[in-house]
Amino acid sequence: MLNDWLYIGLFVFISMALPAIAIFAAGLLSPKKPNPIKSTSYECGIETVGPSWVQFKAQYYIYALVFLVFDVETIFLFPWAVAYNQLTLFGIIEAVLFILILLSGLLYAWKKGALEWM
Amino acid sequence: MSFWTDPMAVIANLIGGWLAGLGMTEGWVTFVLSFLGAGVYALLVMLTVVLLIWVERKLLGRFQDRLGPNRLGPWGIFQTIADMLKIFTKEYITPNGVDKVPYNLAPILAVAGVLSVWAVIPLGATILGANLNVGVLYVVAIGAIGELGIILAGWSSRNKFATLGGFRAVALLVSYEVPLVVSLIIPVLFSGSMGMNNIVHAQKDIWYIVLAPVAALIFLITSIAENGRAPFDLTEADSEIVAGFNVEYSGLKFGMYYVADFMHTFTIAFLFSTLWLGGWLGPWAEKYPMLGIFYTAFKAWFIYFTIIWLRGSLPRFRIDQMINLNWKVLTPLALVLLMMTAIVNRLVPEGMLVVRTLALLAVNGILLVGTSWLLNKFAGRNKRVVVAPEPRPVARPEQISSES
Amino acid sequence: MTALQIIFLFIAAITLASAVMVVSARRMMHAALWLVLALAGVAVIFAMLDAGFFAIVQVLVYIGAISILIIFAIMLTRKAMEDVGPQLNRGWWLAALAVVGVFAGLAVVIVSWPGVMATAGVGPDADAIVNFGKDLVDPDKYVMPFEVASVMLLAALIGAIYVSVEHKGGQP
Repeated sequence: MLNDWLYIGLFVFISMALPAIAIFAAGLLSPKKPNPIKSTSYECGIETVGPSWVQFKAQYYIYALVFLVFDVETIFLFPWAVAYNQLTLFGIIEAVLFILILLSGLLYAWKKGALEWM
Repeated sequence: MSFWTDPMAVIANLIGGWLAGLGMTEGWVTFVLSFLGAGVYALLVMLTVVLLIWVERKLLGRFQDRLGPNRLGPWGIFQTIADMLKIFTKEYITPNGVDKVPYNLAPILAVAGVLSVWAVIPLGATILGANLNVGVLYVVAIGAIGELGIILAGWSSRNKFATLGGFRAVALLVSYEVPLVVSLIIPVLFSGSMGMNNIVHAQKDIWYIVLAPVAALIFLITSIAENGRAPFDLTEADSEIVAGFNVEYSGLKFGMYYVADFMHTFTIAFLFSTLWLGGWLGPWAEKYPMLGIFYTAFKAWFIYFTIIWLRGSLPRFRIDQMINLNWKVLTPLALVLLMMTAIVNRLVPEGMLVVRTLALLAVNGILLVGTSWLLNKFAGRNKRVVVAPEPRPVARPEQISSES
Repeated sequence: MTALQIIFLFIAAITLASAVMVVSARRMMHAALWLVLALAGVAVIFAMLDAGFFAIVQVLVYIGAISILIIFAIMLTRKAMEDVGPQLNRGWWLAALAVVGVFAGLAVVIVSWPGVMATAGVGPDADAIVNFGKDLVDPDKYVMPFEVASVMLLAALIGAIYVSVEHKGGQP
């Protein structure tokens, strides 16, 4: 089994190295003519106004949070699904209960308007 | 064990034998073999993307009633090579004040987040990278690394639009991962394993798209959304807004995002064919694994064509429509489908495949009909009221005085 | 020194160095990125221990969800990219003393445990995930923690939404 992980590790390394090599090679081939106007931030052709770091909405945080809760839920459900064929109906009802509890959480979020895009 | 019945083992033995003859120990031989195998595989996938860009442009052209590239080479095959040569020689314009390391790392992570998935996709019975026993979860986890690349690109570009675009893109991607992961539980449920090759083996009796079509549909829709393709391509919207999170990238760094985009579509097609359409299963696929590559590619081709078809036909969604679709339709649907599939599958007695299939198809049908009924009932609330235009005074020829 | 030990030392060094950089980076965003590297190092260590499922869960949940959450939370503050200066204050030598003391104490306790040099009796288990799944819903084993975990997740979700919806009207 460790051989599998070695392969995966090498594959991830190679899949990061290949684009890196390509980008590096293109960097060697491309012209380099820096120019103060070229290096300014792009803002549809006009000058930048104000600092570049904007305050953003808390809505993004809520989506990431709800995703996290459901992600952890699916982490529990994957081993249950792997063992599914050897479980009795009782085991399945328990997992259904698990999903129902979290579905009610989603319903709460929906009703409170936390899932609206303002 | 001839070449035709087990190609990878034969090649591995040949090269391994030669390396051992050079005096390498067992561990190093494995390492070098794995490195070579991974390198060749990754390179082949990246080169296939070059071909795919041409296929997509031709198809899109035909959908839009035009020819697509047809100048360079027969049917314009060399168009992508010309484009690649061009983009290789474009200057890297790095704006002032960017954070160098995240800025340069982001396109690499974007490509790595798609290319690494190929390690677990089984192309043939014995032709695959690694039969990881958590293959399905690995696919989702690698997608998460791609999202990290987008966030890095967004905020390291030191540009308000890039930052906002990056965060919006990641908020969408993260939202669409929930129904994706839930719909992936269903093949795992049926086959009792998370390994991709085991899932393909378990589809010998019946393909999972027949047992759970709604789950396959949810997988397809959420994968297209994860890819950032039309109709979900609001965050890149090539023809409308400033390009979003990759606005400050030029040259090949920019090109890498599009390589990742096209490769992701290709990957989705192969994942769909592996998980839902029986992958490499087909006549004589077990005996001659090379045939498995053709079967899986053949099935993947239909999905690839469908995704490009959707790209060429559907208008773009608004962001609030996308968010609502995900959290209010797809996530509850996926969860309810999972619950009902789990219960019904257990209630049907063992071994009766036809009854099981019909029962599960009935469950899927009920869910589809129920969802569309609910949508019709409640979505009507948000309809805009169509106001009849008031009659405006319009000059008519007969009202003008007879001076003309 | 087997190859596995060398790889472990390398990965452990990366993880520890990234963890130190998390607390001593001058910009919060850089600290978040070093955290991602530290979490990735932990995932590799899980994989080396034949706990493949947990390695993937580490990447999926920690790097894929929690790091993104942390980055979003950092962006909610105003000082996300400001260089706030060196992170050591005047009493740093006292903290270093405490750290060395705790490390020495832990090292003494662990080394004096008779099992420290024994190899684990558990090998790679092909059925590990199946057994884990079965135990999760077994009434004699872990079904109560399983259900309590769902209630806890529900509580976290409701709490976070309650707190954030309260503040929706007035943004700081």
